[in-house]
Amino acid sequence: MQNIIKDGAVLTADAWQLVRPDAEGQLSVPDEGDVIVPLAAWLAEPERWAARDGRVAVWLASDDEPAELADSLSRLELVAVDFPAFTDGRGYSIGRLLRERYGYRGELRAVGDVWQDHLHYLWQVGFDAFEIKDGKAVESALAALATFSERYQATFREPQPLFKRRST
Amino acid sequence: MYRYDEIDARIVRERVEQFRDQTRRFLAGELSEDEFRPLRLMNGLYIQRLAPMLRVAIPYGHLSSRQMRKLAEIARKYDKGYGHFTTRQNLQYNWPALESVPDILAELADVEMHAIQTSGNCVRNTTTDAFAGVAADEIIDPRPYCEIIRQWSTLHPEFAFLPRKFKIAVSGSEQDRAATWVHDIGLHVVRNEAGEVGFKVIVGGGLGRTPMIGEVIRDFLPTAHLLTYLDAVLRVYNRYGRRDNKYKARIKILVKAMTREGFAAKVEEEWSHLKDGPATLRCADVAHYASFFTDPAYEALEANPAEFTARLAEDVAFARWVERNTRLHKQAGYRSVVLSLKKTGVPPGDATAAQMDAVADWADRFGFGEIRVSHEQNLILPDVRERDLYDLWQLAKDAGFATPNVGFLTDIICCPGGDFCSLANAKSIPVAEAIQQRFDDFDYLHDIGDLELNMSGCMNACGHHHIGHIGILGVDKNGEEWYQVTLGGSQGSGATIGKVIGPSFARAQMPDVIEKILSVYVDSRHADEKFLDTVRRIGLDPFKERVYAKHH
Repeated sequence: MQNIIKDGAVLTADAWQLVRPDAEGQLSVPDEGDVIVPLAAWLAEPERWAARDGRVAVWLASDDEPAELADSLSRLELVAVDFPAFTDGRGYSIGRLLRERYGYRGELRAVGDVWQDHLHYLWQVGFDAFEIKDGKAVESALAALATFSERYQATFREPQPLFKRRST
Repeated sequence: MYRYDEIDARIVRERVEQFRDQTRRFLAGELSEDEFRPLRLMNGLYIQRLAPMLRVAIPYGHLSSRQMRKLAEIARKYDKGYGHFTTRQNLQYNWPALESVPDILAELADVEMHAIQTSGNCVRNTTTDAFAGVAADEIIDPRPYCEIIRQWSTLHPEFAFLPRKFKIAVSGSEQDRAATWVHDIGLHVVRNEAGEVGFKVIVGGGLGRTPMIGEVIRDFLPTAHLLTYLDAVLRVYNRYGRRDNKYKARIKILVKAMTREGFAAKVEEEWSHLKDGPATLRCADVAHYASFFTDPAYEALEANPAEFTARLAEDVAFARWVERNTRLHKQAGYRSVVLSLKKTGVPPGDATAAQMDAVADWADRFGFGEIRVSHEQNLILPDVRERDLYDLWQLAKDAGFATPNVGFLTDIICCPGGDFCSLANAKSIPVAEAIQQRFDDFDYLHDIGDLELNMSGCMNACGHHHIGHIGILGVDKNGEEWYQVTLGGSQGSGATIGKVIGPSFARAQMPDVIEKILSVYVDSRHADEKFLDTVRRIGLDPFKERVYAKHH
């Protein structure tokens, strides 16, 4: 597992297994180990996850409502957001909402069609971990975090917009 | 004009280097065509019918003479010696080589220009009134707000991958010259009862496949809250706009599905979390941006000096040009001059490198080094002394820039069409030319008066055909080019979408069709009644009867 960037470095080991429903919509979650389950499963079976030995995290699809996870966030050490296509920008808003509105402070991981050219933006809106898509270079993705040295907007990383920092 | 500071310059340089690397990886096979397409589009690069097309941003249509000379230089060095000014107040090069685009971008960066977000599913170049800052009816100068929006929208990390393209227009004057009713967001300045200035927020207008006039979702937005409110609108759109069908992905479809009230309520709810946040504009912030748009050093002059009025009296051609191609100025003794890019035989909006250089020289010699691009695809010298108009007119005539047809039938708004664009169903330039050739008699044009003819080569509506008094749309019927005609569209404060008059026409018929439409107008008009008003009064039927009448 060497395709995950976290906190500005490539992870050498990662215990999390992300579980997606199969073609029939069935979810088979391994009994052992640390898993990332879909939001709907997390909300539907709280006792099951509480009783489980391994750690449990949650992933959001791009059309999921992050508010539904708000009450769970303090108990989660990882939340993943899926990017089914890199051109689907909904996950950027989800990231900001989790960080800025619901105050989530654990690991926020971007998964799916994630590669070099999106990391800078993802970092700005609050993601700190990136599972780079198979076949895409991880080292150059790491370097891309520093593509831009400044930005105009108020973001999670830089809450003061440039115009305010300019005219003080 | 706005000038970059070190940070603006650095951001643009970093974008050039990012794009250079993206281009390199594409050429090396590390990025697939599907992966590279959205990336290159977000930097204005299309792969067109004949060659790549690069669209350069001209923020809210403002250019300095130095920037115009650079555009001319690039046209010579990397293209075939000309460029095309668009209805989004941008410039397109039709012939650059893919490999040279990063170098073109680097040259643009030298003069504080770029191609960021001139295409793609992101916030595009913000447009405004081409006469901003010099118009007599201005309530506030929209340009500081345009620059604030430009910076906010540039590389916005949350909104880089919207469901579809997103266009914002700002109007700072009573009369809307920025087409705010047909934009994804139109911001029209208003005063409230307390006399404070704010924006009326219009959302969900647009042309294209499903033309719609926008809906007002907020009657009065205090200017301080501009950016937090835009963030709220964009967030609602980014999260809930349709992504399953690109033809239903514009914000107008979402507004319609949620209803105006439902959409406005959702935005208000989102905004309640963002309002008064760090992106709230303080007076000092607005003042910083406004400081770039102060008046130039106007001379104290008399209006209508004797040497000017004497020329008007003795030279009919000059008087005609002054009447059509100049605009009254807020400063006595000055006019704004519209240099027509609608000379018969030249594709509307096209300018040669020599013409660009000439305009730059005139901007320095007669004005304050500033040039504007209008969304009607003409160039404007905003500040010319009336006493210099005669000299300028003679130079402009020699350069093919003084066709006295601004606002006339032949001042056609026209997209590049099937000659260049791979999206087009039909050619537009030859139709425009045929119409210009048929109606080249200035006495006749003068008699017909104000008439906006807009033409697009496909339903994407780059030529704004829906809001032309006469609109022409190129359509494909079994592989042949046909042209559909609409009447009664208009831009401005009472914007309307034109209505189709009936079955479409072959290209060769088009000048006759226009002539018949004009003949109905001439027969039916009341004294001094403009074309659009006649259409509104008598409706479409008399036009249909004449145009589709059986011969023999």
